[in-house]
Amino acid sequence: MDIRVSFELNGAAVTTSVGPRERLIDVLRRTLGLTGTKEGCGEGECGACTVLVAGRAVNSCLFPAPEVDGQEVRTVEGLAEGGELSPIQRAFLEQGGVQCGFCSPGMVMSAVALLEENAEPTDAEIRAALLGNLCRCTGYVQIIDSIRAAASAAGEGGSR
Amino acid sequence: MSSSRDETRYVGHAVKRPDSPDKLTGKALYIHDIERPGMLHGAIRHSDHAHARIKRIDTSRAEALPGVAAVITAYDTPELRIGFLRDNFALKRDRVRQYRDEVAAVAATEPEIAREAASLIEVEYDFLPAVFSPEEALAEGAPLVHEQDARGKPVTSNLLPLTFSHHTGHLEAAVVASTHVDEGEYSVPLIQQSCLGTAGCIAELDARGDLTVIAKTQIPFLAQRDFTRALEAMGLPGRRVRVIVPALGGAFGTGLDTHAYEYISILLAWRTGRPVKILFDREQEFANLSPRQSATTLIRQGCDAEGRLTFRELEVIQDNGAYASWGATFPSVMLLPVTSLYRVPVVHFDAKIVYTNNTYCQAMRGYGNPEVTWPIESSIDRLAEMAGIDALELRRINCNQPGEVTPMGLKVTTCGLPECLEETGEKLAWSEKRGQGRRSARGVGLASLVHVGGGGKIYRSDGSGIFIKLDDYSTVNVSYGGVEMGQGLHTALTSMVADALGVKAESVVINQTDTATCPWDVGTHASRGAFMAGNAAVLACEGLRAKLFEWAERIYAEEIERSLRKARKKSPEFEPGDFDPSSVKRDDFELRDGSLFPRTAPDEKWWKIELGRFLRGVHFRDEGAGTVFAQDAFYEPPTDLPDWSKGQGNMSANYTYGTQGVEVEVDRDTGEVKILKLVFALDVGRALSLDTLKGQLYGGIAQGIGYSLYEEVKSAQGRILNPGFRDYKLPTAGELDFPIELAIVETHDPSGPFGAKGVGEPGLVPTAPAIANAIHDAVGVRIRHLPITPEKVLAALKAKAERER
Repeated sequence: MDIRVSFELNGAAVTTSVGPRERLIDVLRRTLGLTGTKEGCGEGECGACTVLVAGRAVNSCLFPAPEVDGQEVRTVEGLAEGGELSPIQRAFLEQGGVQCGFCSPGMVMSAVALLEENAEPTDAEIRAALLGNLCRCTGYVQIIDSIRAAASAAGEGGSR
Repeated sequence: MSSSRDETRYVGHAVKRPDSPDKLTGKALYIHDIERPGMLHGAIRHSDHAHARIKRIDTSRAEALPGVAAVITAYDTPELRIGFLRDNFALKRDRVRQYRDEVAAVAATEPEIAREAASLIEVEYDFLPAVFSPEEALAEGAPLVHEQDARGKPVTSNLLPLTFSHHTGHLEAAVVASTHVDEGEYSVPLIQQSCLGTAGCIAELDARGDLTVIAKTQIPFLAQRDFTRALEAMGLPGRRVRVIVPALGGAFGTGLDTHAYEYISILLAWRTGRPVKILFDREQEFANLSPRQSATTLIRQGCDAEGRLTFRELEVIQDNGAYASWGATFPSVMLLPVTSLYRVPVVHFDAKIVYTNNTYCQAMRGYGNPEVTWPIESSIDRLAEMAGIDALELRRINCNQPGEVTPMGLKVTTCGLPECLEETGEKLAWSEKRGQGRRSARGVGLASLVHVGGGGKIYRSDGSGIFIKLDDYSTVNVSYGGVEMGQGLHTALTSMVADALGVKAESVVINQTDTATCPWDVGTHASRGAFMAGNAAVLACEGLRAKLFEWAERIYAEEIERSLRKARKKSPEFEPGDFDPSSVKRDDFELRDGSLFPRTAPDEKWWKIELGRFLRGVHFRDEGAGTVFAQDAFYEPPTDLPDWSKGQGNMSANYTYGTQGVEVEVDRDTGEVKILKLVFALDVGRALSLDTLKGQLYGGIAQGIGYSLYEEVKSAQGRILNPGFRDYKLPTAGELDFPIELAIVETHDPSGPFGAKGVGEPGLVPTAPAIANAIHDAVGVRIRHLPITPEKVLAALKAKAERER
């Protein structure tokens, strides 16, 4: 009863079969081997599994895999180019936004979604964008610093 | 000595975390991400009752499920005792004592199949009467959780056979002599460490029968010992055990013990001959991984008319749950603040740790310290109020001082507490805001802490080994047995090795923690990681530098002549200047930024040799034997293993002091507490790596906020009621929306590497009393039981209004 889905994953076309009730996170991690996306709770509370579907941040642990057909999906593996961290990843590195790192892929993807929609977010807007991403290590301070720094670097003529 | 070099290039600056790029790109491998060829997935069947006798286990339906490779129970596997009192078993036989008890386990080709098979196991029980609180457990005629100890000796009560106490001075005389005496009962709840990366392991036996466990652990070498004992119990003596630590998605104390699921993986791997992974999901983590232990404390504390503390008495009672792990020993660390937070001449402390049929508990950051700092610092504010002395001033009057030996025998080497109090007061605008807020329902409060900063001796050795190897391309490979779990150990260690050796931080690579390649370390706990690793690294780097300079004395001239010849060949007019490279003595060499040169030579690049080139020159010798550069070192801090029954012994090489202050606003209608600002001043000895230091402080504070206001594992009749983030509230970026100001106080402790103290745990220690004191300042009510929920605040406000009517 598997369903054939074709979608764009980090810029490349992918065709695979998925179960009717399969979760997107399992297609990414188990079928396609993209283990950068983490599962922290399996019920859409922690955001470690955040990926972008059609530019929107979603919890891939809740997202039905059949629904990615024809969509554009981006995961943390798709950000760095040519071995260079993306500006948002670089900001997390430079601002100390990483500790254990388990929430980092989801945090980074939420940040990408935010900054693509709102290039100059206020701190309150950054916090609002992170409400679905739990972090137990950092207290969020340096994560918010990272996103603010990425936004302001982009504003100064850089690009994301 | 390199450790005392004032000039550092990396220590005290912001070296970027070496593990960040992998973590940010999804390349870091956590236990969740690791697979082994032929690997099976394990699942555990837990008890359905809090206390029951197992009548019958029927595994036939599980065994019949396609994809199932093995089903095991205690009846068909060797008995594996676990825990430091050996009162727990990997698989339970005859009797279950808590809901999460492991009754059977399955290995299957897919995790889903393993889970389904586990659910198909049929277990019949006879119920036994159970106890769910220390009061019930200590009542006369209460059912016993354990009827005999590990040696088979009958026991007569539910008290654990552990004594932690301290008695200095004559208590009743001190009470009588005190002008003011405060007393009260306080409590802290069970909370979940809530690592974002859940627990799991992979166990695998090779064809020789040697075992490798990839484990989410903070104690690779103690785990190696535990697993070796397990193999012996399985009738496999002489087999070797290797423990490899993957990237850890947080640990916070959950990795200080070995766990039943790890032994079950080993049993399943042995039974099937294949690697077996057991990985908890979030619900299982909440239901089956030991949380932080709860505690109830009776405190009595007094001062004289001038506000000088006269005595302190605490009685702690802990609900240990069904088995002993490292929650049972929280009182070992409670002794620290009880005896040594502020100067108190008379101190009395006793603790009861009680078996119940609740989930058993383990360690978490702070380890007993916040549990008692909560009553102590709440009570200090009450004493200040009684004495009519400003609460900050009263703390200043009683401040610890360098050179002091506390009632526990702790030797206070350096102590930044006075500065921390002052900084906190200043940043909080204490003198303006304190006692002003009742109308606006805003208030300020503060609380201090003391914690171990130079290791914490709880085993016979509190040591750490290190092994540093230089390779031909200037890479400095560091093998250290401690664990990077997110705290930034590898960042701090990179900075210290780079500065102590004299190389660039980019050349330093910290190897994965692996018992096969790293020297012994007691474990990453007690805020000891960077302190221990740094001290060991400084010793090893001194050895490496001595050996490098000895070889430089022998071959420097020859190597330099070779490059000068080359330079002359290239440009005949090259003139190196007036310096004789042939007579440089070992003491005159220096290594800086990875380049070796005589300190006596002019500052020209041709007198310098890049380290890698030098190393190649050393082992590719034309005549005689060359050498390689590798150096081990073992650092054992100058501390004592305390006598716990007397509460005596200098358990750490230094002590970290600090103060937190908060400003809050209380909503009188809803009872909600909003934090407006938080200040944390900490005596860190010396900041090793600014970004990671700040990360430790911010992160600790966030956990302190959760502990104070939101978090509680709720249970009824031993069953966890809120096993998930939906019903267990962790602070989000939304709650943590207030400014946090840090004051980094540096006292340059002589015991620390580069003067540093341990800083991993303090952040969450004084948060709750600081908040409660601020709430009292704001609205005049005192909350004594965490978490400080709106319901509790509202009830207290109502009770106060009734009293005042």
